[in-house]
Amino acid sequence: MFFPISNSHINPVYLVVVGFVIGILGGFFGVGGSFIAGPALRLMGVDWNYAVGTDLAHIVGKSIVAARKHRTLGNVDLKLGMIMALGTIAGAEGGAQLIQALKRAGNVNTVVSWVAIVVYLGISIFMLWESYTTLRLHKGRSRRTVSDVKAVESKADHSAFGPVTKKIQRMKIWPMISLPTSGIQISLWTILVVAVVGGFFSGFLGGGAGYIRMPSMVYVLGVPTHLAVGTDLFEIIISASYGTFSHAIKGNVDILIALVMHTGAVIGAQIGVVATQYFAGPKIRLAFVPLPLIGAAIVIYTLVTGHKF
Amino acid sequence: MKQGAAKSLRAFAAELAIYAVLVTGYFFLVLHLLGNWLYQLETQHRVLYAIVAILLIAGQAVVLDAVTTVLFRLLRRSWR
Repeated sequence: MFFPISNSHINPVYLVVVGFVIGILGGFFGVGGSFIAGPALRLMGVDWNYAVGTDLAHIVGKSIVAARKHRTLGNVDLKLGMIMALGTIAGAEGGAQLIQALKRAGNVNTVVSWVAIVVYLGISIFMLWESYTTLRLHKGRSRRTVSDVKAVESKADHSAFGPVTKKIQRMKIWPMISLPTSGIQISLWTILVVAVVGGFFSGFLGGGAGYIRMPSMVYVLGVPTHLAVGTDLFEIIISASYGTFSHAIKGNVDILIALVMHTGAVIGAQIGVVATQYFAGPKIRLAFVPLPLIGAAIVIYTLVTGHKF
Repeated sequence: MKQGAAKSLRAFAAELAIYAVLVTGYFFLVLHLLGNWLYQLETQHRVLYAIVAILLIAGQAVVLDAVTTVLFRLLRRSWR
């Protein structure tokens, strides 16, 4: 099928399948799935700037479906999501501007590829260490809780990074924000820093940057994993909509590709959301580890071979 | 329990089949009809294109979510 906006030929079945897989991951991990979608579009010969913008558009639709489902399961902290959306938009604009500058300089593909590889590998290594350590520390306790328990109980979270998170929460920088849904009290500035950093990578590497924001919400803010997943998706609706608008104005969005991908994502997202109810936080985080690695592998392959299917 | 899971799986498979037919129809109808118009819009009126793009993807999300929910509910009821 020919997509005239990005001037590319892509099999629609491929797009639907990619959307379906990303939908499952998005519903389960609260991520936009750009570490898969971006490289997957690159493999089909779509330029990085179109891959980034188009992926954002597709994420808006998928996040609406997944966040609605998470809301019914009580996994969305609306107050936190609203605050984070402000910081994310600011960061996303910075990231999009940098993409524009690189486009003008003519080396957007190389720079974004290398940054993507470093970020994806870094996240994977850190989360592997943290979730593995947490699971080992709480092995006995988790056996007791997982045996027969209701989904709600599995939302109680542990993290090997917990002491650092507690220190961050104890920083009393005015104004302090109380988040009863997440069960934490934290400085507004901490939330905004997390949001701006996530937003920057959203605008720069594409997607909702859930691969950075979801772990940041757990490790830096101390939000339970299930709530981080749901809240991240809610926040992504707002920030990805802004990102889509911004990229579309700059000529980086092929909405036809996004619409096709989204048809598969709708089904996948619903499956992913339901699946979160059967896993404890550290297990969700451990299962997350291979995903950025897959993204990194695809980017390295494309970079080394220059291959376009 | 196993029977319930089998029913859910059957309903899901049927849902996927119906959904696939709907999506195929959607490709031919909507994308072919909108394709040229969106291309023109993208090249000539970027701001309008950006607004239309967001409305289209959000609208599709709401409609497809509603379709899958209704389909799943109907199929589950008919198999009960």
